[in-house]
Amino acid sequence: MQNQKTQGEDRNLPPANDPLAIELRKICKRFGQVQANRNIDLQVQPGTIHGIVGENGAGKSTLMSILYGFYQADSGEILINGKPTKIKSSRDAIDSGIGMVHQHFMLVETFTVLENVLLGAEQSAMLDKSESNAREVLEHLSAEYQLSVPLDAITGELPVGQQQRTEILKALYRNAEILILDEPTGVLTPQEADQLFRVLQALKDRGVTIILITHKLREIMDITDNVSVLRLGEIVSTQRTADTSTAALAELMVGRKLETQHFEKIDNPDGENGIEVHNLTVKDDRGLTRIDNISFNVKRGEIVGIAGVAGNGQSTLLEVLAGIQSPGSGEFVINGHNVTSTTAISPKEMREIGVQHVPEDRLRLGLIKSFSAAESSVLGYQNRKKFNWRMFLNIRSIRTACKKLMQAFDVRPPDPKLKSSSFSGGNQQKLILARELDQSPSVLLVGQPTRGVDIGAIELIHQKIIEIRDANCAVLLVSVELDEIMTLSDRILVMFEGRIVGTMKGSDADKTTLGLMMANAMDDAA
Amino acid sequence: MDSLLNVQTVLSTLDATLRVSTPLILCAMAGLFSERSGIIDISLEGKMLFAAFAAGAVAAVTGSPWLALVAGMLISTVLSLLHGFACITTRGDQVVSGLAINVLASGLTIVLGIAWFSQGGQTPALASDARFMPLELPFIEQIGTIPFIGPFLEIVISGHNLLVYVALIAVPITWWVVYKTRFGLRLRAVGENPLAVDTAGISVSLLRYKAVVIAGVLCGIAGTYLAIAQNAAFAREMTAGQGYIALAAMIFGKWRPVPALLACLMFGFLDAVAIRLQGVPLPGIGEVPVQLIQALPYILTVVLLAGFIGKAVAPKAIGVPFAKER
Repeated sequence: MQNQKTQGEDRNLPPANDPLAIELRKICKRFGQVQANRNIDLQVQPGTIHGIVGENGAGKSTLMSILYGFYQADSGEILINGKPTKIKSSRDAIDSGIGMVHQHFMLVETFTVLENVLLGAEQSAMLDKSESNAREVLEHLSAEYQLSVPLDAITGELPVGQQQRTEILKALYRNAEILILDEPTGVLTPQEADQLFRVLQALKDRGVTIILITHKLREIMDITDNVSVLRLGEIVSTQRTADTSTAALAELMVGRKLETQHFEKIDNPDGENGIEVHNLTVKDDRGLTRIDNISFNVKRGEIVGIAGVAGNGQSTLLEVLAGIQSPGSGEFVINGHNVTSTTAISPKEMREIGVQHVPEDRLRLGLIKSFSAAESSVLGYQNRKKFNWRMFLNIRSIRTACKKLMQAFDVRPPDPKLKSSSFSGGNQQKLILARELDQSPSVLLVGQPTRGVDIGAIELIHQKIIEIRDANCAVLLVSVELDEIMTLSDRILVMFEGRIVGTMKGSDADKTTLGLMMANAMDDAA
Repeated sequence: MDSLLNVQTVLSTLDATLRVSTPLILCAMAGLFSERSGIIDISLEGKMLFAAFAAGAVAAVTGSPWLALVAGMLISTVLSLLHGFACITTRGDQVVSGLAINVLASGLTIVLGIAWFSQGGQTPALASDARFMPLELPFIEQIGTIPFIGPFLEIVISGHNLLVYVALIAVPITWWVVYKTRFGLRLRAVGENPLAVDTAGISVSLLRYKAVVIAGVLCGIAGTYLAIAQNAAFAREMTAGQGYIALAAMIFGKWRPVPALLACLMFGFLDAVAIRLQGVPLPGIGEVPVQLIQALPYILTVVLLAGFIGKAVAPKAIGVPFAKER
């Protein structure tokens, strides 16, 4: 294997006197046909921040799950602080001083923060005593690391940043000396992310070893001491962060040179409005306001990006515009059709009037996992004449059409008979995008187009979105990835708690300002 | 009308309320443990029925209420473990498994009853020393002379058999276990987010098994009560849907012990009133058919569950088997 040579770069690491915090030797793990991890050798120096990068499906999460006792390796050895250790369950991992902050928090939302921290680490059978002890320890920890979280608040009602701190407190309360963070900044504003990094730095200064798993290379460059790159289940490089660059790491991750994407921004499009929203307010079942009196427009030949931390009303907005949810009060005009709560247009009708929707959650709304790719590729358009023969579906024409889409969008493997769930996230997304763009939409609604999609596919998806804009389509893009918003949008709107709190031109957008808007903290900064 | 509203009638209706509520309360607490752990338990009915049969049979054969109680708890726990095995270990569908147990209990108790006792599915009538008999509280006669509170204590609270008091004590104990102990914390967590429990280093399966065993024991007591305390023999289908009503009461109480107790008492009260109203003409309405009155608690169950109680928020992970492989 050519990759094995690059592992020699380990020698770049400084010699250590202390035993390694973590050493993995020849870890292998296979799921059915998929070799998730192959001969992983990893050395993590104590008291450092070690980054692990790789594309989706490169095996990062599997590797960390093995380290945290979620899965067991098929073969290989784990050494913690120089001692060979068997990690058969999370309990073993905790006992070896490993703490983990999962990408999806492992918190009981109905519990208080204190109860969440206590769970599994109670000191006695009675809660009262454990609670008062824990309260003391936690107040001490919060002060030491500036990790203040209201201990008696209901966890599910806290903002994600504080939920994440709860996870960190949980690990520290269990005396973790090694802290693993899996994609910790995905749900945070840039400012919250900075705050997290300050906490990590403070932890490192007190001797805690940190493993940071991320796909954001900038974070790796900012905070890690060493970095390992995973590709296709193998470690292809481990080196000092100072000796490398984002471009070099990206190349290692993907295995080929990447061109930096740069798209021309359209500053003042002269087209007519594809979408016009007037004073739209939407409440959910519980009566909470999800969208709070917003007005904006999207012109043809323009991409308007909606930035914001997840859960600030963007999802609702997309679903309302796509006809899935009814607009509460206010109205919008979409591709010339006026929509209010009394003149709602169903998703089916939306498709017919040239409004196409690439939903945020592709597994819930985009396709049906147990359907074949061919079936998923006509979902929503299955009644079209060309896909039918009398009362039956014309499977052959559906397959042919699917095959064509697969070729145009480089869906791999290009097999229309394969189950939708057998494709990777990126290929599923390409198939959905292909299906919708094939309708030559006049208005395109896109949510999180590249969530869980690998870098190679991101390039193509972005390219296709730009192409449809240039074909004079009005594009509304919702994404929590600020980089994506900035790459694609001609105009950026920032949503916070259902309101639009800021607007910027794509051509002069900057991350700091957008980040402040996302946290609705412009006034504080001024 | 006078006869309906005098103090004596009210007190004896309350007294009857406690007696009919007892199996409901025990089953509701059983369901609470199981469902808080994330296991739907519609098999309360079947477990209670089988326990009633076991208790009736053992009491008839040995003459010992205590052995009967043990038998009731044992058989109900075995059924609980069967349900647990289906739902936890093999990750089967919890409703289907529960339903299967109910069908099994309904059929098997009759078959075994006929085979062993040849009384059409009943167990032989029990003498009083083979049953749990009413206990008088000490000094209750003197206490009964105290105005107002005295008759209440004497008629309503005193004079029940042991298992009624067990049911009443089970509620505060359940509350204490669920909210004040380590086990309770983990129990509440595992019904909401089993993955969080697993990553905290606790075995989800073991925790759920513990919960269903507790449910089994409590159902066993309820069944025993029906056969050898409230009645003097097991009769076929004697649970008559009370397991479902207990489940409804527990949901009505939003998976919390004290509100569940109140819901059970309310259902019990309706039942007691229904018994009292039989054959009594109501002003302006006349005599209400017995069947309609007997149907009252069941109708109320449907009405209440159909939306009068607001949205009941179940433990989030309820009914979902826990698997950590991908």
